Amino acid sequence: MQTERGAAATPSNAPSATRSVVGDAVKVAGSDRSRLMDIVQSVQVQLGFVPDEAIRAIADALGIHGVEVEDMVSFYAFLTREPKGRFHIRLSKTPISFMKGARDIARAFETAVGVPMGSMSSDGMFSLDWTNDIGMADQEPAALINGTVVTNLAPVDAETIVAALRQAPATSALPLFPGLDGQGPSLPRTRVASSLIQPGPIIFSRGGRGDGVRAALTLTPDQVIEQVTRSKLRGRGGAGFPTGLKWKLCRQSIGDAHHVVCNGDEGEPGTFKDRVLLTEIPDAVFDGMTIAGYALGARHGLVYLRGEYAYLRSSLQAVLDDRRRLGLQGKNICGREGFDFDIRIQLGAGAYVCGEESSLIESLEGKRGAPRDRPPFPTDRGYHQQPTAVDNVESYVCATRIMENGAEWFVGYGTRESAGTKLVSVSGDCPHPGVYEVPFGITVNELLDMVGSPEAAFVQVSGPSGQCVAPKDYGRRIGFEDLATGGSIMVFGPGRDVLDVAHQFSEFFVEESCGWCTPCRVGTTLLKEGLEKILADRGTLADVTALEALGGTVTRMSRCGLGQTAANPILTTMRNFPQAYEARLRPEPFLPRVSLREAMREAIAVQGREPVGEGEQV
Amino acid sequence: MSGETFTFTVDGVEIEAFPGQTIIQACDAAGVYIPRLCYHPDLEPAGHCRVCTCKIDGRRSSACTMPASRGMVVESNTAELNADRRTVIEMLFVEGNHFCPYCEKSGDCELQALAYRLGLAAPELPYQWPHRELDASHPDIFIDRNRCVLCSRCIRASRTEDGKTVFGFERRGIHMRLNIDAKALDETNIAAADKAVHVCPVGCIVIKRTGYRTPYGSRRFDQAPIGSDIEVKRAHHPAKEGR
Repeated sequence: MQTERGAAATPSNAPSATRSVVGDAVKVAGSDRSRLMDIVQSVQVQLGFVPDEAIRAIADALGIHGVEVEDMVSFYAFLTREPKGRFHIRLSKTPISFMKGARDIARAFETAVGVPMGSMSSDGMFSLDWTNDIGMADQEPAALINGTVVTNLAPVDAETIVAALRQAPATSALPLFPGLDGQGPSLPRTRVASSLIQPGPIIFSRGGRGDGVRAALTLTPDQVIEQVTRSKLRGRGGAGFPTGLKWKLCRQSIGDAHHVVCNGDEGEPGTFKDRVLLTEIPDAVFDGMTIAGYALGARHGLVYLRGEYAYLRSSLQAVLDDRRRLGLQGKNICGREGFDFDIRIQLGAGAYVCGEESSLIESLEGKRGAPRDRPPFPTDRGYHQQPTAVDNVESYVCATRIMENGAEWFVGYGTRESAGTKLVSVSGDCPHPGVYEVPFGITVNELLDMVGSPEAAFVQVSGPSGQCVAPKDYGRRIGFEDLATGGSIMVFGPGRDVLDVAHQFSEFFVEESCGWCTPCRVGTTLLKEGLEKILADRGTLADVTALEALGGTVTRMSRCGLGQTAANPILTTMRNFPQAYEARLRPEPFLPRVSLREAMREAIAVQGREPVGEGEQV
Repeated sequence: MSGETFTFTVDGVEIEAFPGQTIIQACDAAGVYIPRLCYHPDLEPAGHCRVCTCKIDGRRSSACTMPASRGMVVESNTAELNADRRTVIEMLFVEGNHFCPYCEKSGDCELQALAYRLGLAAPELPYQWPHRELDASHPDIFIDRNRCVLCSRCIRASRTEDGKTVFGFERRGIHMRLNIDAKALDETNIAAADKAVHVCPVGCIVIKRTGYRTPYGSRRFDQAPIGSDIEVKRAHHPAKEGR
């Protein structure tokens, strides 16, 4: 109906084309409002952006309001309501990419395309933008070209890539994976190295596909949870909640349909171990989810795959298809009557906050990724208000290994409170960046020796939300009793500026704050500005004191983990590198944010006279 | 209200609650005021502003979303919490463009009243001077986003009370804004009688030609500080004092 009316009202057939694209996308998603993310992504691939006409059409087709669609679309960095170039080149922006020369790569792309970063070429072929960490810290500088990842870029590559893309045949839809899909141009640098440097005894102990599931099926669901509890497995995303307890709580919750969710958002800058797991041993991840499905009585599993990892989707889907053929997915798994379990992959669209489990659930439901207030916890009311266990990719692999080899074997590794091993993603000033499986309890010193960076000036443990560790604390241990981490280890050598890094991390939180709560929405910007005053050599002792107090308020008052850790880049560098701040401070009791003379320079030059009043400083 | 009542304490005062009540609901009923901004008694809580953050059994959480439970120990009126609340209110002042002296909501504005109650004389945090859109298209209703505090009261009220979904959010972080379900407000089916129009705590959504019916000086918070209407209930039940 809508399509016909649109076509009749307009001489051009563009509106009806939009309506038909939307109609198809909505149909594929089964007219399910909670699949709004898939619908919008599909529309964007077809049209290059999400025009107002498409927003209205989606709303009409789903029977919701346009404002609800806009709410969701405008939230995600990878969804756009403005036309973008046919090839959207997004350079990864992290302290690591900058130290590896990303600014030079940006200049090279600007030259090759002929427009500055943040804009689109006049022929509509290219858009150039920065994007936050894309999970390639081991092979920066890296970029996304639509969905394709290019890594280890050198400035000379920009011209080659741009030239190849200019040759791409014009088709109606956006080439999602230029250089990879066999249709378009062949691009250099599209290989994502695995970077598995040191496999260890647990995660990379080779179990056969489905072995863990079959082992679990010899136990009752309660016995499976009991095993996981005895293994002392704690969540590998970094928060460290006991997995056995989470599963027990979830199993006990009453609901119509329990859900198993795999958190593959891996958004913490500097981490990429989940990418390696999903590349190297996806079956171990799916086995773990299936084991959880059995233990919790869940029939539905969801993998939330961050938008940056879209290139992994088809290979993961192929693995799932294989598993279905082998009886490891679908009905009566491994021949067990009544044990049905299906896994669906949901792609994200560029939002760090979706790594937070309740935001992730909101995003899975096709909404903006705003966290929920707890209680209720997801184990009570999660996905579609049903009992839901959300666990990290690595946690599921651990669950698989525990089923294969037993809880006692697992607790034989690690420390008292941190059983097993941990994957760490090491990047930065380090000769061998990559993934290492290390025993819990390893000191930062031992880790630095292992990766070949004993001279490190400082180490960022756990990404921006973690801690900036100084050499005096290199004796500290990786583990839940000391340095808890999801596994991001960024190494900074002598000569790196700790405050510059803190500033980049502060900017990251400004861009990634979801905006739901005041302290994080406003506080992240105020923290960044406070640090900028100090970096501009206009900071006084009073500014440091005020910044510290502000950081405390943001930490204490914010609603979710993002805001509660957003001040860490500033607070932990203040604590561990006070000299870096002291060196920047001015002796005056107070200086305004901007220099009056600087602000009036142009006016002074034009008028040819000095402002009245005595010596306003600098 | 089903189930047996139980008690918990707020700053040492014993509060009676029904199962299913949040901390703020139970406290309001008992005449104990916890500062809040985005919470509205007729709407589902949303946990935006964090002003009602309390220490609950030692952990911070928003009183508007946390269910009360037996024996809970809540700290609310402490110097530490009030200082953090004051900073959060200050953040809202510098985030938008708030000019109390010529705002028609002055004296009836919950943001302004909270600032007075919490002792915020003038913000010291840097003003952000954002560009915010106005919408004067509707014959009866005026929207000035300069004064919006993103509390979502209008969004929630329009959806659940009016059944219209005229409002929503757009974008994220510091760029988040109040959005409407059309290009301009007069293209929506909003009406001046809607709940969504009457729940705005600040001067963002106002009804045209009514702003100065009550003169400055005779308005709600000119008479008594914000929260007085709640606290007066407790004054009538002095026996409940548990200190």
